[in-house]
Amino acid sequence: MANTRDNMHELVERKYQHGFVTDIESETLPPGLDESVIRRISAIKNEPAFLLDWRLKAYRRWLKMEAPDWAQLNIEPIDYQAISYYSAPKADKDKPQSLADVDPKLLETYDKLGIPLHERARLAGVAVDAVFDSVSVATTFRDKLAEAGVIFCSFSEAVKDHPDLIEKYLGTVVSHADNYFAALNSAVFTDGSFVYIPPGVRCPMELSTYFRINAANTGQFERTLIIADKGSHVSYLEGCTAPMRDENQLHAAVVELIALDDAEIKYSTVQNWYPGDENGVGGIYNFVTKRGDCKGINSKISWTQVETGSAITWKYPSCILRGDNSVGEFYSVAVANNWQQADTGTKMIHIGKNTRSTIISKGISAGRAQNSYRGLVKIMPTASNARNFAQCDSLLMGDKCGAHTFPYIEVKNPTAKVEHEATTSKIGEDQLFYCLQRGISEEDAVSLIVNGFCKDVFKKLPMEFAVEAQALLNVSLEGAVG
Amino acid sequence: MLKIENLHASVDDTPILKGINLQISAGEVHAIMGPNGSGKSTLAGVLAGNERYTVTDGTITFQDNDLLDMKTEDRARAGLFLAFQYPVEIPGVNNAYLLKAALNARRQYRGEGQLDAFDFLTQIKSKMKLMDMSEDFLKRDVNAGFSGGEKKRNEILQMTMLEPTLAVLDETDSGLDIDALKIVAQGVNSLRDEQRSFLMITHYQRLLDYIQPDFVHVLANGRIAKSGDRALALELEDRGYDWITREVAV
Ligand SMILES: Nc1ncnc2c1ncn2[C@@H]1O[C@H](COP(=O)(O)OP(=O)(O)O)[C@@H](O)[C@H]1O
Ligand SMILES: [Mg+2]
Repeated sequence: MANTRDNMHELVERKYQHGFVTDIESETLPPGLDESVIRRISAIKNEPAFLLDWRLKAYRRWLKMEAPDWAQLNIEPIDYQAISYYSAPKADKDKPQSLADVDPKLLETYDKLGIPLHERARLAGVAVDAVFDSVSVATTFRDKLAEAGVIFCSFSEAVKDHPDLIEKYLGTVVSHADNYFAALNSAVFTDGSFVYIPPGVRCPMELSTYFRINAANTGQFERTLIIADKGSHVSYLEGCTAPMRDENQLHAAVVELIALDDAEIKYSTVQNWYPGDENGVGGIYNFVTKRGDCKGINSKISWTQVETGSAITWKYPSCILRGDNSVGEFYSVAVANNWQQADTGTKMIHIGKNTRSTIISKGISAGRAQNSYRGLVKIMPTASNARNFAQCDSLLMGDKCGAHTFPYIEVKNPTAKVEHEATTSKIGEDQLFYCLQRGISEEDAVSLIVNGFCKDVFKKLPMEFAVEAQALLNVSLEGAVG
Repeated sequence: MLKIENLHASVDDTPILKGINLQISAGEVHAIMGPNGSGKSTLAGVLAGNERYTVTDGTITFQDNDLLDMKTEDRARAGLFLAFQYPVEIPGVNNAYLLKAALNARRQYRGEGQLDAFDFLTQIKSKMKLMDMSEDFLKRDVNAGFSGGEKKRNEILQMTMLEPTLAVLDETDSGLDIDALKIVAQGVNSLRDEQRSFLMITHYQRLLDYIQPDFVHVLANGRIAKSGDRALALELEDRGYDWITREVAV
C-alpha cells in the first residue's frame, strides 16, 4: 500500500489545538538565577526557614552538577539565566475565595481549553486544584474533602498550614540532589499540589489538577507531594495543555508519592503540552522526576500516563518497593510525532520481600519522531521472591520515525523472577486494508488500530480520563488522509 | 454486475495475472479453482483494491462503475465484500465494534442514518445463531486468538451482516472440518438471491457440494485456462490440475 505509506506522515500533521496566549498581567521576576532570586521567591511566599535552607542547599548542589548526557535526545543547550523563575497572576494581594473572584480572563482560558472549571467540577464531582502559572487560583471541593479529613491544596498553602508534614516528607523520595533537574526544581519551585490522606480513609473523589504554562519565558517548576497514610486510598489525575509559542519552554517538575502500610496511590497523567510546529520549532522541554515510595507493607503505587505533547519528554515515573508485599505498576502510552523526542520509562526498585511490579509500555512513533523506552528493574538482595513483568510494544507509523527499547535488569536475589517482552510493529498494512475493505475510512481505521494498541493502558485510566485520552490520541494522529 | 477484461496485474514487478476475462451477472455463483500460486488471491486482492498489486492493463466494471477508479473503502461501501484467506488479527479492537463501524460507514455512504444499537445487537445475535457462534465473539478482539475455523466463520458472519452485492470468498473452506464447512455454506446460501453474486475461490471441489456454482473456472499461469459447469470441478477432482496447466503451457 504505497499510497498509504506516503500518507502516514500526513496523518500526524494536525495543528495543536490549544494554542493561544492568555493576556493576564503577571508579576514576574526578571530573568536570571542566583541565590538572591531564591531568597526572593522564598520571601514572596513567606516560607519558613527550613524551606529556604533546603532550597539553597539544592541550589548549591545544582551549581556543581552537570546537565545529563542525553543518549537518545537531541537537545539545544538551555540558557538558565534567560529564564524568569517567578510569575504570578496579579490577584489584589489576596487569593480569590471562589470562582466569582477569579479573573474572568482566566475562566475564559479554561473555556477555550474545553474545561469550564465550575461546570466540569460540578458535573464530574472532581475537585480541581488548578495551577495557573505558578500560583493556585482556584481550589474547589475543599469542604467535602475536609469532611473526610483529606488535605488537598496548593503546595504553598501546605507550607503555611501544614509545615510539619512538609518538613517530614519533602525530599524523602526525590532528594534535593537526585538529578540535575530535580535539584533545579528543589531550588526554585514556586508551587504545585499537596495531598494528605489520613489513615484508613478512602478519598471520596478523584483529585485532579490542570497545569498550564502561561507567562512568556517562565520556566515552570511544580512540586507535587502526595502522602497516603496507613490503609488509605487515593486516585490523582494530572492533565495539561499549553499555549502555542515560539521559544522553548522548560518544564522540570518533581512529583513525590509516599504510600504507608496498606495504602494505595493511583496517579494518572494525560500530558498534552505544545510539541512544537511541524518543523520542530518551539515546544515544551518536559524533564520530570516522578517517584513513588512504597514505604509500608502491602502498599501499592500505580502510575498511568498518556504522553502526547512536548517537544522533548524525559520522564521515568518510578517505584521504590520498600515495604514487604508492596506493588508497583507503570502503564504508559507515549506518542511522538513530527520532530518530537520522547525518552520515557520507569524504574522498579525491589527492596522488600514478595514485592511485585508490572510494566506495560506502548510507544507510538510517527513523522520523524524518536520514541525511546528506558526501563530499569532492580532486584536488591533483600527482595526474596520478587516478581516483575514488563511488556514494551512499539508501533511505527511511516518509515522516518524510530523506536528504541532499553531494558536494564539487575537481579541480586536468586529467588526473583523477571520477565521482559518487547515487540515492534509497523502499523499493519494488512490490518489497515482489512478495515478499508469493510468500508471503514482510513482515518477511522488508523484511530481504531492505534486505540486498540493502547487499550491495555487506557483501561487502567479512570473512566472520564480514558475518554479524554482516546480523543487526544485521535487528535494527535489525525490528519489529511486519502 | 462484474466485468473483467484483459486484466494484467503484478506484484513487485512480477507479472501474476496475465489477461483475465470474466463476466459475472446478478444472481450467479462462480467458482474459481486452480493450483497454489496460480494467482487466485491476487485476483481477489485486485478486486478489493489492495495496493500491493499493480494493475498494468485491462479494465474492471462493477455495477456500471470503473472499479479500478474507486478507493478500497468505496468499493466495499458499494457492495463488494472480500472474505479473506487469512483474516488479520487486530488486538484491542472489539469484534462487534468493528462490524458496527463497517455497517455505519456503508449506511452513511448510502445516505442512510446510523444503525440503532439495539437493532444491531438483535440482528447480529440472530446471525450468530445461524453461524453457530457463541456470544462471546461479540466481546473478543477482532480475530485475536481465534482458531482458523473461527476466523473463517467470523468472515462469513461479517458478510451476512454487510449483505454485499458481490461477495468474493478466498478459500473460505480451507482448513475447515466438514461440520464447519456446512455451517459456512449455510451462511452463504442464506444470502443467495437473484440480486447477489458470489465469486468463490477454492482449492477443493468439496465446498461446491454444499454451494452449487453456476460456473467453474480454472485459473492457471495467470489466465482462465478453462471454464465450465460443476462437471469441470468434478473432473478436476479426478484428474488434478496438471493436465490443464500443461494445456495452457502448450
Ligand atoms: N511480493 C511478491 N513478489 C513476487 N511474487 C509474489 C509476491 N507475492 C506473491 N507472489 C507470487 O504470486 C503468485 C500468486 O499468488 P496468489 O495470488 O497468492 O496465489 P493463490 O492464491 O492462487 O495461491 C505466487 O506465485 C506467489 O509466489
Ligand atoms: Mg490464495
